[in-house]
Amino acid sequence: MKIAFTTSGESPEAPLDERFGRAPRFIVHDTDANTFETIDNRRSVEAAQGAGIQAAQTIVRAGVQALVTGHCGPKAFRVLTEAGVAVYNCGAATVSEALERFRAGTLEKASSADVDGHWA
Amino acid sequence: MREIVVVSGKGGTGKTSIAASFAVLARAAVVADCDVDAADLHLLLRPRVVQRSEFRSGHEAVIRQSDCTRCGLCLDLCRFAAIARAGSEGAFTVDPISCEGCGVCVRFCPAGAIDFPESLSGEWMVSETRCGPMVHARLGIAAENSGKLVSTVRREARRVARETGRELIIVDGPPGIGCPVIASLTGASLAVIVTEPTVSGEHDLERVLALARHFGVPAAVSVNKWDINRGMTERIEKLARRAGALAAGRIRYDPAVTKAQIDARAPVETGGAASEDIAGIWERVSSYGGANGIQ
Amino acid sequence: MILAVASGKGGTGKTTVAVNLARVMGTPVRLLDCDVEEPNAHLFLGGETRSRDIVSLPVPVVDESLCDACGECGRFCEFHAIVSLATKPLVFAELCHGCGGCLRVCPRGAIAERERRIGVVETIESNGITVIRGLLDVGVAMAPPLVRAVKARLAPGVPAIVDAPPGTSCPVIAAVRGADFVALVTEPTPFGLNDLALAVDMVRELDLPLGVVINRIGVGDERVHAFCREKGIPILLEIPDDRRIAEVYSRGGIVVDALPEYRAHFERLRDRVEGGGRPS
Repeated sequence: MKIAFTTSGESPEAPLDERFGRAPRFIVHDTDANTFETIDNRRSVEAAQGAGIQAAQTIVRAGVQALVTGHCGPKAFRVLTEAGVAVYNCGAATVSEALERFRAGTLEKASSADVDGHWA
Repeated sequence: MREIVVVSGKGGTGKTSIAASFAVLARAAVVADCDVDAADLHLLLRPRVVQRSEFRSGHEAVIRQSDCTRCGLCLDLCRFAAIARAGSEGAFTVDPISCEGCGVCVRFCPAGAIDFPESLSGEWMVSETRCGPMVHARLGIAAENSGKLVSTVRREARRVARETGRELIIVDGPPGIGCPVIASLTGASLAVIVTEPTVSGEHDLERVLALARHFGVPAAVSVNKWDINRGMTERIEKLARRAGALAAGRIRYDPAVTKAQIDARAPVETGGAASEDIAGIWERVSSYGGANGIQ
Repeated sequence: MILAVASGKGGTGKTTVAVNLARVMGTPVRLLDCDVEEPNAHLFLGGETRSRDIVSLPVPVVDESLCDACGECGRFCEFHAIVSLATKPLVFAELCHGCGGCLRVCPRGAIAERERRIGVVETIESNGITVIRGLLDVGVAMAPPLVRAVKARLAPGVPAIVDAPPGTSCPVIAAVRGADFVALVTEPTPFGLNDLALAVDMVRELDLPLGVVINRIGVGDERVHAFCREKGIPILLEIPDDRRIAEVYSRGGIVVDALPEYRAHFERLRDRVEGGGRPS
C-alpha cells in the first residue's frame, strides 16, 4: 500500500509538516516496493482558496491509501474519505518517526476533521 | 510559538496603536500587519524593507480583439456583469474590477479569443523595525483575495519566527468579520478584541466574538476610550464575560495616543495614561489562552 | 442623486456623516447601509422594520443518477468549490462564487443549482428616511453579492446616501460604483492621511467625482489639508474634535438633533454635495 506524509523536506528524515493543504511536499512510501517518492504540493500552497481540497486531489490521484499528517481540515477530510483514503493525525517530529508509529499500529484512524478550515 | 491577533469589529478603535505597543512591550516578537486593505502599522514602526515579493492571485479574463468575432456570448454568460460593449456595434471588453476570474467566458468563447492570465494583486514585504522583524503587505486597489494575502503574511511571519528563533507573533488584524478577518483569526492562539464604548462598538463586538467562537479562538476584550461612556463600558465587559472572553482591561481616552502617532511612535514609547493602561492589558493577555499554541 | 460616503480607514465617522446628512435632507431619502459586515446606521435612526429578504447565491447540486464521474466540473472550477475524483462530485458551497460554469461544462446535464443563503436585506422606515441594510451571515466570506443586493433597492428619483464599508477592496468597490459623487471621510492624523490617499486612488480608478470630509479637526496635524490642496480635492466639511459629539455617538444619538449648532454644518455639506462639490 501507499502511505503519504506531509513534509517540508525531501527525505524520510525531514520534519513531518503539521499542515496538510499548505504543506510544501508529500513523501509517499510504497510498503510493497519499499520506495520513497516525493510529490510537490506547491500548486495547493499557492492556491487562492481550497488548498486542502486541491492537496486531497493530489493525494487521491497518487493512488495513496493512507495519509499521515498533523492536522486535517473538514473539506480535505471529506474529499479524502470519499475517495477511500484513511487519515491519521500524528504529532511525530519526522517522517520516519511517523512511519515507525504507523507500522507499530499506534496511530489511530481519524473519524473526523480535527481542525477548522483555514487553520494555517 | 504563540500568535496574538489584535482585531476589532469596527475600524478606528485604536487597534494599530495597541498592536504596535504590544510589539514594543513583547521585545522579541515578529510583527505582522494583516490589515492589508488599509495598512497603517508601518507608520508607527517605520520598517526598513529587506525583501519585496509580488502577490499574484487568481486569473482575469482579457479579450483578444484581433480574434473576437463579436458574437456576444461572453456577455450573456457572465454572471458578474463584467463584460461590456462600447455601443451596439463596438468592441467587447472585460472590466477587470468586476471580473471574478471564474473562466466561464474563456471556456465557452467560440473563437477562443479570451486569454486568462494570472493577475497581480499586490505585494508583501519582509522588513526590519526597532521591535524586530515585520511582515506586511499592500493589496492592489480593488483587488480580490485579501484573505489569501492575509494568509501569506501570516505564513511568512511564522517562517521568520522559526528562522529567527522567536516564540511570539503579534498580528495587527483587519477590521470587520469577513474573509480577511477569518483568514487572520483561524488557528491563532488568542484574539485581543479592541472596542470602544459606543452602540456601534457593542454591536460589532458581538459579531466578532461570535466569529472567534465559531473558529475556536480564545478571546480577550479591551475597551478603548472607556471614559467616554462608563455605562456602556460595563455593558461591553459583561457581554464579553458572558461570551467566555477575558475582560482584559480599559484604556483611558488620551490625546497622547494621537500625538504618538504623529511622532511615528507606539503610545507606550511616549508615555501617558493610555500607555499605562495598554501595558496593564499586555500583562494580562501575554500569557492568556496559553494552551492554544501553534507550531 | 446617489452619494457614497466612504473612507479608507474605519472609525473616521463615515456612519455619522451618512446618518446626519440623511437627517438634514428635508426630502424622502434612502440610506443604503452597505457596510454589510458591520451595518450600524439603523442603531442611530431606529424605526420600524418593513421587510426582511433573504439573499442567496446559486450553488451547484449534482444529480448522482446522471453523473458518470468524468471529473470535468472539478477540473473547470477555479475556486475548488466542486471536486470529482472518479467518484460523484463533492460540492463546497462556501467556496462557490455562483458563476454557473460547472453546469455548463457537465456533458451529461447532471448539475443543477440551488440557492445558498449568504445574508439578509432589511428595509427600515424612520421618519422619511428609508434605511436599507444588508447583514452578512457570520462566517460567510462573500460580501460583494450582498452589497449588490442592497444597491438593487435604489429607487429611481429618490436621493440616496450609500454608507460604504471601510477600505478599498471588492465590497467597497461594489458599494461605491454607480454613485454620482463620493465623500471620503478622514481624520487629520497620519493614519487618516495614509488611508485617505488609498481611497482617493480607488475613487479615481473608478473615475468618480469626490470630496473630503475631515472629522475631529484639532486632534492631529495639517497634513491632510495639505494633501487635499496639492491634489485639488475639495474639502466639503470640517467637523471639530468635540467630546460632546463622541458622547452623542456613543449613546447612539444623532448629532444634528442633540447638538443643533451642528445642523448648519451638515446642511452646508448637503448643498455642496448636491452642487457636485463646488463651494455653495
